[in-house]
Parts: sequence; structure tokens; C-alpha cells
Amino acid sequence: MEHQHIIKSFDKELGEIDSMILQMGGLVEVQISESVKALYKRDIDLAAKVRADDKQVDLFESKIDESTLRTLALRQPMAEDLRHIICALKVANNLERIGDYAKNIAKRTQVIAESGSVGTSEKTIRRMGKMAQEMVSDALNAYIGKDLKMAEELRIRDEDIDNMHNTLFRELLTYMMEDPRNITPCMHMLFIAKNLERIGDHATAIAEQIFYLITGALPDEERPKSDKTSQMSAEMED
Amino acid sequence: MPEFEAIPDCQPFELTNAAILKAHDVNVYYGEKQALFDVNLEVEKNAVTAFIGPSGCGKTTLLRCFNRMNDVIPICRVEGSITLGGQEIHAPEVDVVALRKNVGMVFQKPNPFPKSIYDNIAYGPRIHGMTKTKAEMDEIVENSLKRAGLWEEVKDRLDKPGTGLSGGQQQRLCIARAIAVEPKIILMDEPCSALDPIATATIEALIEELRERFSIVIVTHSMQQAARISQRTAYFHLGHLVEFASTEQIFTSPEDERTQNYITGRIG
Repeated sequence: MEHQHIIKSFDKELGEIDSMILQMGGLVEVQISESVKALYKRDIDLAAKVRADDKQVDLFESKIDESTLRTLALRQPMAEDLRHIICALKVANNLERIGDYAKNIAKRTQVIAESGSVGTSEKTIRRMGKMAQEMVSDALNAYIGKDLKMAEELRIRDEDIDNMHNTLFRELLTYMMEDPRNITPCMHMLFIAKNLERIGDHATAIAEQIFYLITGALPDEERPKSDKTSQMSAEMED
Repeated sequence: MPEFEAIPDCQPFELTNAAILKAHDVNVYYGEKQALFDVNLEVEKNAVTAFIGPSGCGKTTLLRCFNRMNDVIPICRVEGSITLGGQEIHAPEVDVVALRKNVGMVFQKPNPFPKSIYDNIAYGPRIHGMTKTKAEMDEIVENSLKRAGLWEEVKDRLDKPGTGLSGGQQQRLCIARAIAVEPKIILMDEPCSALDPIATATIEALIEELRERFSIVIVTHSMQQAARISQRTAYFHLGHLVEFASTEQIFTSPEDERTQNYITGRIG
């Protein structure tokens, strides 16, 4: 909004909350890319770092919680300001969950570090990781720029990541059927892929919050969803 | 149910829908200066309607139109139609005293009459000839004070002057006085602006209770108050009714940018 508050310290407070969101978001982006990098480089130290850095992410979330709560109590924001604060609270929550997924990827990486890669699954994971990271990055940009168009595009993009997850699911299923020794690494890979797919969902949830922040209503049409893994079985032919 | 009392000399009417009072294309002038522009608005029955807006936006002017308080200002001219239960309040046959029995008012500063607490309440019913016996009058006084949540505090001192009460009590006395004549609508012009938070909370709780029997229109400068107690909110700006919607809508996602700027405390 181009108009400033009459009480300037209110603008300052809202600015500080946004700045924390951005810092937290930046950290989470690094978490995603480093967790995936640790996986394909089999870098246990990097994986350990990702796990340790999650504390920072959690700390940001509690700081944002505190600030938004204080602003709600002391400023009693209305209309767009109210939506702004609620949106910040929810975005911080989404980012924290994304951080948890990255941490989980790192955890699994430490377990499967000894095993070699199975088929082309890691390449797919790398692409999914890149895509998830970009989605988070775009969500943050849309948040800070109050960019409705970007937020709407983001909602649709989640379909791509779902499709990759589906493909990977099928692929890993095949490897497991081929050789039971593949099961442990494949199961971990499957969970890693699921984590990335969930990160995409959270980026989408952020996009929906931005939509609410700007328009005052949640998007009414169903967003395209392509995650079909819950309906797949090992007997599937394709 | 013909519970609505007709204004004398007019056809009795029944309420057919939820709107008890309708303002249609209301324009108000103070001499050359126009204070309200084409205001269209409906006051819902058994609801609290809040008027908000910056000073001088016309909200009090409109409120005062509803019981023709502007009649006493010689340079004030009101155009357009205001109907109460379907009856045009500016019609020549309308008795203003009867109108004000149906449309009560509570002001910013508590203004009890310099009389006893009892007589403050009894004044209205007496001039409207609502009672025949002392016992009936006693009952009206007691019920009105009970409904205003003041009875327990004053029942032993009904003969003491109303001006001896605290600010919050005085305001509740004024509300009791307004409801004693069983109005349909109570107009409140910033009823809590001279009161402390506890007295304000008491009045707000009272307003919520009164809504069951009466329709209330309240002008307030406290947006929190409007948000807390009203169901519908009207935002006025420079004599125009900018936005009129459910209170929830106004305070979470107002449509007009001027409303947004005002309620979020921005320079518009």
C-alpha cells in the first residue's frame, strides 16, 4: 500500500516483520538446496550442517510469532494490516515446515550416504529440489512485492513438482521389485521425494496466503493437483 | 404482529422486512454548505449499526436527521426521504414529539435532567401519558433502570439527583431514560467518549443486550468499539457514505480505499 501510517512506528514494525520473513525464507532456501546437494554429493558434513541450521529457522519462527502477537495486541490492526499480520504468521509457519522437510532430507542422507545411487532417481531429486527452491524463492518475492500474478502462477506450478514425484514413485517401485536390496535406499529416496513434494505444497500455501493478503478472499477455484501416488500400487503396469 | 406503534395521525404500519429505517437520497445543507450528499442507507431491525468516519464527515448530521434534531438549527435544510417503518418522518402531519418517542437519543456527554433519578426516567412516560397510576410509573422506572443495568446501584436513592451519579452511571441513566418510552430505535452519539474503559465496557454490554428489543444506531470515533458491538458499519467521508457493509467485511476486507486508509490509520 502506497499510503503510510500516521503512526510511523507501525510501518516500521510491519517492515521489521517482513524483513524477518525474508531472512527466514532465505535461510530455508539454502536449507533446501544444501540438503539436496548433500544427498547427491554424499556429503555427511553438509547434511549435519543442514540439521544444525534448522534451529536458526525455528528461532526465526518464534521471533516472528512474538512480533506478530505484539503487533496484534498493541496496534490492533484492521483490514489490510490485519491480513498482513495474519499472513506473516502463516507464512512463517509454512517456512518452518519447509525447513523441517529439508532437515529430514539431510537426516535420510546421513543414513543412505554409504549406498550408491539407484538408477536415475537422484537426477530427478536434484531437479525437484531446484524446482522446490525456486517455488519458495518466488513465493517470498510475491509476498514482499505483493505480486498477485506471481502468486497465482505459483499455485499452478505445483503441478509440475507433483508430476515429477509421480514419475519417481513409479521408477523407485520398479527398482525395489527388481532387487529387494534396493528397498532401504529406495524407501529413503521416496520419502525425500515426498518431502520435496510437500515443500511445493507449502510454497503453494504461501501463494494462497498472498492471494488473501492482496484480495481479502481466498482463491475459490481448486488448484490443479497431480500427486497420484496415493492411488498407485506395485502391480501397476506402466 | 403489529408491535410497531404508529405515529399519530398516520396510518399504522407493520414491519415487512428487516429494515426499520430507510434513508433515500438524503442531502443536508447548513446554509450554503452541503454536509451530506445523496446518502442511501437502511437501518436493520434488532441490529447495531455503527457510523464511523473522520470529524466533519456528516455521521452525526445523518444521525440527527433520524429524529429531526436538525429542525432546531434554522440554517439546516434536509432533502430526500427518511422513512421509519414505511412512514416518511418529514411528512407535515408527523408530530415530532411522537417521532422522538419512537426514536430515542443518547448523547456524548451524559445529560441527566437536574431532577431526581426517578423523575429522570418518569419524565418521558409522563409527557407521553403512558401511565395512569403511580404503581404503573414505578414499574416503568424500575424496569427501565433494570434494563439499563443501573437498578441495583440506585434503587435506594431514587429520590437523589441524577447529576450526583458517576459519569458511567449518568450515561446509563440517560439510556434508561431513553428506553423508558419504549422507542423503536435508539440513536447514540459517541455515548462512551467521556467514559473510562470499565464504564465503556458496561455500556457496550448493555448495547448488546438492548439490541434484542431495540434497533441501535451508534456514532463512534472508536473503531474498536464499532468492531466490537455493531453488526453493520457505515463509513462516511466528506459528506458521502463511502461504504456500508457488515462490520466483519469493513474491518477485514473493506472494498473502498478510503475506508481502508481510515480504519488502518493511514494518510489518505
